[in-house]
Amino acid sequence: MQATIGESKKAFMTGNEIVTWAALAAGAEVMFGYPITPQNEVMHYWTRLAPKYGREFLQTEDEISAGFTVCGAVQAGKKAFTATAGPGNVLMQEPFGMAEAMRLPLVAIIQQRGGPSSGTVVYSQQEVTLTTFGGNGEGNRMVYSTATHQEIFDYVIKGFNVAWKYRFPTFILGDGYQAKMREPLTIYEPQDRGIEMVSPYPLIGKAGSIGVDREAEHLCNIYSLEEELYDVVLQHAEDYERIAPEIIEYEEKECEDADILIISHGVVSRAADDAVKALRAQGIKAGYFRPITLRPFPQQQLRDAIAKSGAKKMLVAESAYGQLYRLIRQEIYGETIPIEGLFMPGVGIIDYDIMNKVKSIL
Amino acid sequence: MSLIKIALAGEGGQGVQSIAEIMAEAAYNQNMQTIYIPNFGLEQRGGVSIAFLQFSDRRIGAPKFNKADVVIALSERAIGRTAGYSDENTIFMYDNSYPIPEAEFPEKAKKVIGIPAIEIANNKLHPRVFNIIIMGAAIGLTKIVSFEAAKEALIHKLAYKFEKDPNLKELNFKALQMGKEMAEASMQEGVEVRA
Amino acid sequence: MTVSPAVPKSWYLPSKPHKFCPGCGHGIVLKALGEVIDELNIQDKTIFGCDIGCSLLSWNFFNCDSTQTHHGRTTPVMVGIKRSRPELVTIGYMGDGGGYSIGSQHLLNAAVRNEKVTLILVNNTNYGMTGGQMAPTTLPGQKTETTPYGRDTDVTGYPTKGPEFLNALTQDDAYIARATVSNYRQLKRFIKNALRNQIEGHGFSFVEVLSTCPTNWRTNAQQTLHFLEDEMEKYFPVGELKNPLGKGDK
Repeated sequence: MQATIGESKKAFMTGNEIVTWAALAAGAEVMFGYPITPQNEVMHYWTRLAPKYGREFLQTEDEISAGFTVCGAVQAGKKAFTATAGPGNVLMQEPFGMAEAMRLPLVAIIQQRGGPSSGTVVYSQQEVTLTTFGGNGEGNRMVYSTATHQEIFDYVIKGFNVAWKYRFPTFILGDGYQAKMREPLTIYEPQDRGIEMVSPYPLIGKAGSIGVDREAEHLCNIYSLEEELYDVVLQHAEDYERIAPEIIEYEEKECEDADILIISHGVVSRAADDAVKALRAQGIKAGYFRPITLRPFPQQQLRDAIAKSGAKKMLVAESAYGQLYRLIRQEIYGETIPIEGLFMPGVGIIDYDIMNKVKSIL
Repeated sequence: MSLIKIALAGEGGQGVQSIAEIMAEAAYNQNMQTIYIPNFGLEQRGGVSIAFLQFSDRRIGAPKFNKADVVIALSERAIGRTAGYSDENTIFMYDNSYPIPEAEFPEKAKKVIGIPAIEIANNKLHPRVFNIIIMGAAIGLTKIVSFEAAKEALIHKLAYKFEKDPNLKELNFKALQMGKEMAEASMQEGVEVRA
Repeated sequence: MTVSPAVPKSWYLPSKPHKFCPGCGHGIVLKALGEVIDELNIQDKTIFGCDIGCSLLSWNFFNCDSTQTHHGRTTPVMVGIKRSRPELVTIGYMGDGGGYSIGSQHLLNAAVRNEKVTLILVNNTNYGMTGGQMAPTTLPGQKTETTPYGRDTDVTGYPTKGPEFLNALTQDDAYIARATVSNYRQLKRFIKNALRNQIEGHGFSFVEVLSTCPTNWRTNAQQTLHFLEDEMEKYFPVGELKNPLGKGDK
């Protein structure tokens, strides 16, 4: 595949522009999309850049179609992706479910906006539950929550690789701020960093004559027998649990002696990081823990952090009314540490918000 | 340089996002950490447009902020919309070409200063360089980038326009200069800038 | 001595005998399709995608690559495959509910974009798999599980005429036809034209096939044929609405 970025270089871009460059660098061949704020510029940049590198685009009639055309394209052996937000993410749960059921290496960029319903077009972290456990399945998905522009670039590239390696649908969970803001980062060709890109391959339409060189492929998505479905779901669960340790990523700072652990994800963790530093400077022993993968969740790592710190309290800070909080509670079921929430759905959280909350609960 | 936070607001079409982008690029080109979030509410046209800018020599945390070091509001509606970002440490700058009801101003500010950018643009320069006067003023107030760096970023952004009409370049530089000087003068105690 | 009936080479024998009800028209449509796949020699490059509903029972009907989708979503999946691999021959197989109701926006927009896929829609005037509810194609006055007193057009409107609306949306390079299982030779010819139109790179290709559902219609053999030939064919005229392949091929 043609080089897209060339020499590693500094860049000052919006998150949406970075998604496009990362998808190009990762060898994505086609994007299917439908307009929705705040992901539109992913399509805008892609439609400008893709033809220069022999990549393709189709604006579909809705998000349902965008998700299903991606499902078709990956079955045909192409690295395909989509990007959406809010109500579009709701509609895409249907094709995302198909990708889960059929183990399709679908990649989707989710730039969260406010909800419920059409909410706001600006920013929020209210698509955590939907992206991790949406649909009528078991949440066998990989969900990376990015915090910086560098991470958007790194994890979009990684997203394509884990999707094609492990064959579970993969999500890069950003938000309106990350989509629209500009921040410096370094962009690079994956191979220059020793990252080997997993090559796509067709699931149907393979070479050779049926009955001579190969058998016909019958891809199944619906089962007649309850027992059949049971076996399939259990197999998927087993596969997912087996690979989870290879996928899980998290970030931890100052947890060894912390009296209070501050948990956040995505862009809010930037404020949490600053808050922990400022609290420490004021003599308050705060610790920082951030799940990078929301699915699979670093539950053992968080349990370990609780144990080694001996923290008296945990604070979950998020721009949602308890979506990360609920996820954490189910993941660390049995831990007795009291958990408090700083819930600010639809609005940004800054270090002072977290510091004030910490002081009010310690 | 420690962290500087700027909220810049005006009517859609006043060129707020353009100058925010130019300033962000100028700072980035000087190897500063820079975050620029355009407000992108439903009102793409005809509403108040806000840009949130942060500049620092260190990694910047949260992309948004509650209180700004400098608020620049370019219309009556923009003043109302941004007053909440002002506290006792904030310099609040507005365009005083037209009278603004007292009630619109922020309750708290370190200093409220008015500059007649619209009037100067209309009468002394050209209406289209109104936003460049504001950019000059922002740089005069914050010193986030040098005057030369701002000029370079301006050339970079508007090169295609300058090529078509060389007079535009001088006009823009003049606007930048006047904005900067007005802002600097206004920071001196007791100076009321009027056109 | 028993003699096995001649079956198309492209049929997948382990899935036979097929699972459709006695008297159902699906078997006739799929036999015609199988013969056309053989005649065009496209078995190795055919991707057969099926919708949810009775059309799903055709999932492993052919010894061709196939994929199952969701109710109404066969069209976008086939579009994704065809756009990724134009050398493949993509056949979407769906019922009237999947095509004209829940998936109508996909059908309409695929036609408008002239997507080079072949879609075969089986019209049996009801939702068969779920037990015989009203479909977009249920005839005025026809009784179904959700129109027990007969379809009232004041309440539910008139039956969808798919080929007619797709004809209005497409340009000259699309192929649009309505066939019936009561005329096998014509049915096969229309399906062949619809596939040739894709293979030759012209454009969107669509065949609606009027079919039978004695199970849900609760009809005997004679009544079934009567309903198909006298009621359905009267409301839904059979024929080619658009054929870019030229008169000699018709």
